[in-house]
Amino acid sequence: MIRIENVTKSYGDTRVVDDVSLEIPAGGITSVIGANGAGKSTLLSIVARLLAPDTGRVTVDGLDVRTTPGPELARRLAVLRQENSMSVRLTVRELVAFGRFPHCGGRLTPEDRRLVDEAIDWFDLEPFADRHLDQLSGGQRQRAYVAMVLCQGTDYVLLDEPLNNLDMKHAVGMMRMLRRMATELGKTVVLVVHDINFASAYSDRIVAMRDGHVVAEGPTPELMEPAVLRKVFDVEVDVHEIAGQRVGVFWS
Amino acid sequence: MAAPVRSSPRRDGIATEHQRAVRRRRVLLLLGALALVLAGLFLTVGVAGSWEFALRMRSRRLAAMVVVGIAVAVATVLFQTVTNNRILTPSIMGFDSLFVLIQTAGVFWFGAAVISGADVRLRFAVDLVLLVGFGALLHRLLFGRSQRDLYVLVLVGVVLGTLFTSLTLLVSRLIDPNEFITLQDLLFASFNGIDTQLLTLTAVILAAVLLGVVRLLPQLDVVALGQDTAIGLGVEHRRVVNQALLAMAVLVGVSTALVGPLTFLGLLVANLARQLLGTHRHAWTVPGASLLAVIALIGGQLVLEQVFGFNSSLSIVINFVGGIVFIALLTREPRQ
Repeated sequence: MIRIENVTKSYGDTRVVDDVSLEIPAGGITSVIGANGAGKSTLLSIVARLLAPDTGRVTVDGLDVRTTPGPELARRLAVLRQENSMSVRLTVRELVAFGRFPHCGGRLTPEDRRLVDEAIDWFDLEPFADRHLDQLSGGQRQRAYVAMVLCQGTDYVLLDEPLNNLDMKHAVGMMRMLRRMATELGKTVVLVVHDINFASAYSDRIVAMRDGHVVAEGPTPELMEPAVLRKVFDVEVDVHEIAGQRVGVFWS
Repeated sequence: MAAPVRSSPRRDGIATEHQRAVRRRRVLLLLGALALVLAGLFLTVGVAGSWEFALRMRSRRLAAMVVVGIAVAVATVLFQTVTNNRILTPSIMGFDSLFVLIQTAGVFWFGAAVISGADVRLRFAVDLVLLVGFGALLHRLLFGRSQRDLYVLVLVGVVLGTLFTSLTLLVSRLIDPNEFITLQDLLFASFNGIDTQLLTLTAVILAAVLLGVVRLLPQLDVVALGQDTAIGLGVEHRRVVNQALLAMAVLVGVSTALVGPLTFLGLLVANLARQLLGTHRHAWTVPGASLLAVIALIGGQLVLEQVFGFNSSLSIVINFVGGIVFIALLTREPRQ
């Protein structure tokens, strides 16, 4: 379980995350939704100890993320940021192999290599495994990054807008992968996502943020309500049940 | 149980991991062999008169080149990794210009005769303390929590470097023209007339720093992926960056104090090593860049001694050849 206690983070005079307390239960997919600037990415970064909060604390399975040694936490919690431009040139296999770093410290054992191959297979990256990342399409590259995160073998996986820049087909493919990671591998997946319908179709729980506060959270059906969505986005959203899924209509 | 390794070439002509590893090993062996051949040539070509005397003199210079080459190469690779930037060298932080300022100010205040006549060990100690102290001070004053602060550190280094250069210009206008000539000699990197004790001391410091750096190598591979990814993979990013910067300051300090500014060489060999080895992994690029630096120094010194008969300076030879190689390298590099 991820427990966030009274976390606040300000940039200058702006409170980007304002006294947030939240529990994310283990298992399943939890989507964090909200408008731009609601503090979703900042909160995710704080949970992943990429940012230090001004006040409050975050624990993962009881381990404080600020004080737990880096490698130990990295074996429980993996994170993928939105921006992943790198100054070094890597092949897909090299990138995915970095996921084993918290376990092997850079010296891959045969077991590590097997897990790297497994992660590459999982994301259908075998045909590109020896290509450099800059030779891949955006969708392939994104899969390679998620494969690295999977290869880290953690119980918790945090993803900041994994659907960014993906077209319809790749976005659906990515969400199916994440669903499988949660269902088949029993991982706890937390992602920041912009499209409420992807959140609705694939996640078990939704956390809705606005102006640095969590304004609503709970099982997906409870959140996919016009009143809740209006409060979160300030936009009128009609919610319809289509093919067993709640779909928000907000384009007109 | 061995890991399955694919050794047959892929149909699409893209090298597999195994093929790349074989190529890397070959390149490194070739560089090592080239360094040995050049060292042999350097020791033996054109010896006239006493072999014993020539060998003693030449092996001292050779040792100095090996020590300085490794120091400059490792310092540059470390600096480029922690700044995530392939075109920066420690000289951008103002180390070279501080060295020049120290020499110029010394000649101005004490006179060329005193500086040239002073104990080289004293000069070495003063240079070293000031250079490493400068690096540590910059770092202590400015290094905060994140990568962004690292760029502030670099920026302040650039500004201070410009300040040192301007001060040097001011002081050198006030200097007696005759003394200025002596000063010029101090400012070019030179391997002639190096004190044996200083050389030993430098080698010991280098060895100690390298021991520390070797432990950091795998973590530096991760740091090169960027701060967030590195932290996500459990690397204590700040600690590794601090240690790398400290190692860099000491390496630049000792090599500059021993022979003078040579940091352009670092830029050249760090990039050339990555290009030739086709990898970012420090376990390869650090030895690769070190070998390249040693090759460039010995080769440059050979050209200087045998072709120009000492009528030039090593910096000029290396910067000329190195500049051309570097431009060729940049134009050949595929743009993303």
